[in-house]
Amino acid sequence: MTQNLPTIGLLRFTTAGSVDDGKSTLIGRLLYDSKSIYEDQLESITTTSLRKGNEAVDLSLLTDGLRAEREQGITIDVAYRYFSTPLRKFIIADTPGHIQYTRNMVTGASTADVAVILIDARKGVLEQTIRHAYIAALLNMKHVIFCVNKMDLKAYAQSVFDTIKKDLEKLAERLLLKSVHTIPISAKYGDNVVRASAKMTWYKHSPLLKVLETLRIAYDYSKPHMRFPVQYVLRADNDLHRDYRAYAGTIAGGRICQGQKVTVLPQNLNTHIKRIEVFGQKVDEAKSGDAVAIILQDDLDVSRGDMIVPAANLPEVSKEFKATICWFNAAPLDTEKRYVFRQNTREMKCFVKTVNYKLNINTLDENYTDKCIEMNAIAEVTIKTAQPAFIDDYNTNPSTGSFIIIDEETNETLAAGMIRK
Amino acid sequence: MCDIGISSKHLKQLENEAIFVMREVAAQFEKPALLFSGGKDSIVLVHLAKKAFFPCKIPFPLLHIDTGHNFEETLVYRDKLAQTMGCKLIVKLVQESIDTGRCKEECGINASRNKLQTITLLDAIEELKIDAAIGGGRRDEEKARAKERFFSHRDEFGQWDPKNQRPELWHIFNGRKNMGEHFRVFPISNWTELDVWLYIYKEQIPLPDIYFTHRRKVFRRNGTLLAYAPFMTLAPHEKIIEEDVRCRTIGDITCTGLTVSKANALPEIVKEVAASRISERGAREDDKRSEAAMEDRKKEGYF
Repeated sequence: MTQNLPTIGLLRFTTAGSVDDGKSTLIGRLLYDSKSIYEDQLESITTTSLRKGNEAVDLSLLTDGLRAEREQGITIDVAYRYFSTPLRKFIIADTPGHIQYTRNMVTGASTADVAVILIDARKGVLEQTIRHAYIAALLNMKHVIFCVNKMDLKAYAQSVFDTIKKDLEKLAERLLLKSVHTIPISAKYGDNVVRASAKMTWYKHSPLLKVLETLRIAYDYSKPHMRFPVQYVLRADNDLHRDYRAYAGTIAGGRICQGQKVTVLPQNLNTHIKRIEVFGQKVDEAKSGDAVAIILQDDLDVSRGDMIVPAANLPEVSKEFKATICWFNAAPLDTEKRYVFRQNTREMKCFVKTVNYKLNINTLDENYTDKCIEMNAIAEVTIKTAQPAFIDDYNTNPSTGSFIIIDEETNETLAAGMIRK
Repeated sequence: MCDIGISSKHLKQLENEAIFVMREVAAQFEKPALLFSGGKDSIVLVHLAKKAFFPCKIPFPLLHIDTGHNFEETLVYRDKLAQTMGCKLIVKLVQESIDTGRCKEECGINASRNKLQTITLLDAIEELKIDAAIGGGRRDEEKARAKERFFSHRDEFGQWDPKNQRPELWHIFNGRKNMGEHFRVFPISNWTELDVWLYIYKEQIPLPDIYFTHRRKVFRRNGTLLAYAPFMTLAPHEKIIEEDVRCRTIGDITCTGLTVSKANALPEIVKEVAASRISERGAREDDKRSEAAMEDRKKEGYF
């Protein structure tokens, strides 16, 4: 078993589907069949199911957390679920399919590696499937798994699955999705969720859980250039640490090594990495995702929001750039208004100079005339910032290529953005 | 972690995430505090904070909302920990809130000070001008907590509005707020109970003795084994017995269910937790009051 262990121990995935696709049931099924539900939780939902007059235990009750959700039978916002198998720990970002779908799915997908998209076997590929797949592509998911659900209502027929699969293949090609799996399932009865289905022996591949357990999420640390956004300055002056000054932060791409020649932005000053520390211990190198403290060779004035990068591979430094944004707020985008732009640990003022086009998320057509960006709209815009921003393309480096837009007055998060070079 | 047969490869990622959140709090807020209860989750938080800012001291105080209904062992542990970490410890007493008429003690057999803590906590936040209260809440604990953000906004009344939370994208945390508002921050949001135990084991973090097996006077109430303390009222049918028990979670002594166990070392406890079929909060009487008990308390400003 040890030889085939996946490259990472933690897999984050997001789920998308509309209200009746059986998404909550699927998650409930994954939790239930992988024995991640405790007896008291099961007892609680069994009682509720019986009270509501259901004959079987309604597994969707496991994920509906808030009172309003239970009363209305809907899911609000993003909920996070956890389960583990001997191979992996999983974090599910469960996002609802109804109103505010785009906002919620973008939020759920932003921290995920994989998107699981549900399709009703009776309905096939719908506009919303296109929407879900598009968001998965937009957020640069490493894998997309289409689950064709409710196969029980289509007599588990292979022909039904094959037709839908063909449509999905066309969609995946159009969206340039990287790695795609398509699985026929019945969440209600558990077919091909955790265990292979006895009713669909024509399906020769793995059930969903097996796919999730074995997906390769290997990070190529050599690819994106090293980026180190300075998060917090550590200073100490005591008997053990004289004039100690280190820069705390999390490596946002690539690999950092002791002795490496680096540039500090925006000052544009060159120096070397003198020492990398993890909890006081010296390490020779650290990689993307590691929370470390860095000591530089020279005594430079570096503070939060600055970025340390390899001298040989600087990002573009610019006050104007293109980005795809997804608007989250009830108040539409105002191109006259000043907003707060937040990228990694760096914050500055910005405004949206132009709306280049708005995307019809159901047909994927680009609209060059309608410039009104309302809640759930996706658009390509040109942003202008008050100070220089460090520009990496989102698809090259999601950590440095992403940002949010904040309302200066209400402090609300208004939009998510992905830089396009 | 081969020695106990449970994979702990994901712990590094969870630790990195929690340290990032801790540093973000120190950078974005002026007066943060770490809510310390003496329970294992807050002990892990202190450990993570130490790692995040080493070799500097943890740049915020520990705040304990003391119900007066504690297990004695947690208080001893608390004082010792604050001392070794060189942390400032602030203790606010629920008893004082009762004495000054800010809240009223519950009566009856199931009386608990659990709910009253909220008032003491919110008063402390206001008095000390705390703008970020770091807590050990985990999303796996309870249904309402599953919807919680890392950076959770509270209005000037300390209330949570679950239907209108700020979307939280990637690891970009928006801690901007107006005067009088504050944030609750949960660095170990993505950890499960088992992760916490695995981490304690991996890092060899010392815990209060009550997490390990010990002989104690207990009684059974509504199917839960509770520790007996002299101030508690027992129903006529409730009998005090002695058992080998340990705590799986630590809250108030009045509502913390005990586990019958002979586990006296971390590997045994980790295995016990991994094999458990009852959730951690299933041992907490305070959550059993109604289906939305936690949601209701959280909206008012509970931990």
